[in-house]
Amino acid sequence: MKIDDIAKILDGEILTQNTDLQREVYAACGSDMMSDVLAYVKNQAVLLTGLNNLMVIRTAQMMDMLCVVFVRGKKPNQTIIDMADENEITVITTDKTMFAACGLLYGHGLREASDEQ
Amino acid sequence: MSSDIVLTYDISGEEFSLAGEASVDLKGRLKLMGIPAATIRRATIALYEAEINLVIHASGGQITVFINPQYIKMKVKDDGPGIEDIPLAMSEGYSTATDEVRTLGFGAGMGLPNMKKYTDEFDISSSIGVGTEINMSVYI
Ligand SMILES: Nc1ncnc2c1ncn2[C@@H]1O[C@H](COP(=O)(O)OP(=O)(O)OP(=O)(O)O)[C@@H](O)[C@H]1O
Ligand SMILES: [Mg+2]
Repeated sequence: MKIDDIAKILDGEILTQNTDLQREVYAACGSDMMSDVLAYVKNQAVLLTGLNNLMVIRTAQMMDMLCVVFVRGKKPNQTIIDMADENEITVITTDKTMFAACGLLYGHGLREASDEQ
Repeated sequence: MSSDIVLTYDISGEEFSLAGEASVDLKGRLKLMGIPAATIRRATIALYEAEINLVIHASGGQITVFINPQYIKMKVKDDGPGIEDIPLAMSEGYSTATDEVRTLGFGAGMGLPNMKKYTDEFDISSSIGVGTEINMSVYI
């Protein structure tokens, strides 16, 4: 699916201004522990998290991810949004819970990452 | 080796939100050098974990990176409290991180195992009250 679709499916708001919403993503992961995210370096492009700080974007950047979804209505501050914009990471905020957000995206065909070659 | 590119970073232990900036900088430089993305990712994620450990466990330290056509070698050194039981610290899930660090998304006890997993060479030495040194390399 496209990043644009993620925002629609989650009834979310896109907070970044300049990122390309037509980029295709195939895999996602959801976690509040950054080292858990870092433990599975695969081709996932989307991170769903309930955590709201700068380290989320930096972690996504280290993983070459394209999109971060803040669940449960978390709204990152402008510094975080700007940093994401600079790194071409789309930031979406949704009122959905982690469970619901993951379920919805899964239902629409987004999957876990496959092993990295 | 004299032909190595050498980068040094002083990591402050003061400001948690700055943790990772050295790894981000390295990532940018490696990209410009045309190194494959997957190789860059392994090296910089290992360094990112080490850099965060400097901030949350050791009140800062020094990073030195050596780059040549064969490998990316990273040395991470601190004068922090040291690690008493290295095999224990290396096991997945072991963490002494504070609750405050946990609320920031770290302290899963995965950092050291991740460093070992993503690098081709990994060595850690530590002594109590003196500090900790990690040497790790990723082959290009
Ligand atoms: N540089 C260091 N100085 C002192 N102790 C350290 C250092 N690095 C790691 N440790 C000790 O080893 C433990 C395990 O480190 P590791 O990086 O695997 O996990 P963590 O930092 O606690 O959590 P995570 O990395 O998942 O966020 C730490 O909790 C800490 O007790
Ligand atoms: Mg760690």
